[in-house]
Amino acid sequence: MDDTMLDGNAVAGLLQEVFATETTSVMVTCDGCGSAAPMGATHVYRGAGFVLRCPHCETALMTLVQGDRRMWIGFPGVRTLQLALTDT
Amino acid sequence: MAGTAVLGRLTWRAADVVEIVPETPRAKTILFDVPGWPGHRAGQHVDIRLTAEDGYQTERSYSIASAPDGWRLALTVVRIDEGEVSPYLTDELRPGDRIELRGPVGGYFVWEPAQGGPLLLVAGGSGVAPLMAMIRLRAAVGSDADIRLLASSRSWDDVIYRAELERLASGGLTVVHTLTASRPPGWEGYARRVDAAMLAEVGPSPAEQPKVYVCGPTPFVEAVAEALVTLGHEPARIKTERFGPTGD
Amino acid sequence: MSIISRGFRGRRHEAAADRVPPGQYVTRDFPVLSAGPTPHTPLDQWDFSIAGEVDKPRRWTWDELRALPSEEVTRDIHCVTKWTKLDTLWRGVSVDTLLDGLETSADYVVQYSDGGYTTNLPLEDVTGGKAWVVFEYDGQPLAPAHGGPARMLVPHLYFWKSAKWVRGLQLRAQDQPGFWEINGYHNYGDPWREQRYWGD
Repeated sequence: MDDTMLDGNAVAGLLQEVFATETTSVMVTCDGCGSAAPMGATHVYRGAGFVLRCPHCETALMTLVQGDRRMWIGFPGVRTLQLALTDT
Repeated sequence: MAGTAVLGRLTWRAADVVEIVPETPRAKTILFDVPGWPGHRAGQHVDIRLTAEDGYQTERSYSIASAPDGWRLALTVVRIDEGEVSPYLTDELRPGDRIELRGPVGGYFVWEPAQGGPLLLVAGGSGVAPLMAMIRLRAAVGSDADIRLLASSRSWDDVIYRAELERLASGGLTVVHTLTASRPPGWEGYARRVDAAMLAEVGPSPAEQPKVYVCGPTPFVEAVAEALVTLGHEPARIKTERFGPTGD
Repeated sequence: MSIISRGFRGRRHEAAADRVPPGQYVTRDFPVLSAGPTPHTPLDQWDFSIAGEVDKPRRWTWDELRALPSEEVTRDIHCVTKWTKLDTLWRGVSVDTLLDGLETSADYVVQYSDGGYTTNLPLEDVTGGKAWVVFEYDGQPLAPAHGGPARMLVPHLYFWKSAKWVRGLQLRAQDQPGFWEINGYHNYGDPWREQRYWGD
């Protein structure tokens, strides 16, 4: 574990700005080890962009690159995302 | 009835500084009025954005320390000398100033009174802020949920919200401090970093299935979460929020 | 339009315009940026390899790498996250030294690192005195957080093109976009043409 590592809470505002939904409670299943974790618990590293990694095996689940008027979201290691739905 | 994802498109909005309140020699609470604030849940945070005159921008995240209270938000900032943002917020900001913030953010690291207790809240330094929102909300709604706060601070002078915690600590709220760097004369409390033995003494046992919230610098959160798991607490019941290397 | 924060400047420094690529700010810090956890390969298990489209793959242990001629290099570095750091001092082995006498028809190279990070370049961008495998920063052994024991230094491109914790170069006939190139960043990354994002 690195001192500078954050977690999925740190990118939640950015993701919600784009997806218009709360993301920290979304369950993400890792394609590397098959375990599931809330996005808020993913290990977040800040390199040239953000990398969200599986808290169990550190597989890169998602990447976030913020351009000027674009954002790239990569899913190198996500098997599934599970979102809760509420009645409208 | 078709369901929908929890909607809430976020955008940057203006926040006006109402008051700045010193908490400790290094920490201040900044009270903001945020017109149109939709309300928030205890444990959520905001991202703030600062823009210099030449367009240079930087962002930081701060936990909301206040219980939901109309348009008003309280953020607590600890001044890091070499920091880029915290010295600006603690030294330069004045009532009447306006900054941008985005929020509220978070759904994982939140507590609702309806969830009840027992709760174990473990705070490293400024990590106490989102946990204080939970404690303040509990008081505001008159909940008697069993909440135990274990707060790690460097010294007695560095304990954030010290007086208020003392005042609130009754009727199911237990507050325990550990002081890691220095102690006042006659101190008989914990005087070391949070470890498994301390957590076992302070917290509900794993058999009581407490919901645990740990917040603070990343190394603190890692060590505490690991200790909790070795004690037998269910990992799925331990929620974490990491503030980065210094916690500020 | 963002709201200007009265009195906020950030901790930026002035510098001559011809030293600062467009859109960059000058810092005196050395921010630690990383795509993943810091690896900790023991030096007695560490090696550096050159393989792929080569007549004969090469490999150096740590001691063998350190026995090669090395040089001190002072360069400006530019991170795509908009900070520029001037006059950074490194010591390392030139990639020209590592490739000396090597026969290859490759036009491209991929740097690969402990932890799985990769980044791609044309071969000509790591030859002719443009790239080094460095193991000292500012006169001290390169700290793990900054890519130690050894990282690439390719200062004429954005710094994501200088892989931390580098373990080798793969020479290739075809280009192969690396970790960030796949995920939104530019395939080449020239800071003077502000080639930050894919398609710029």
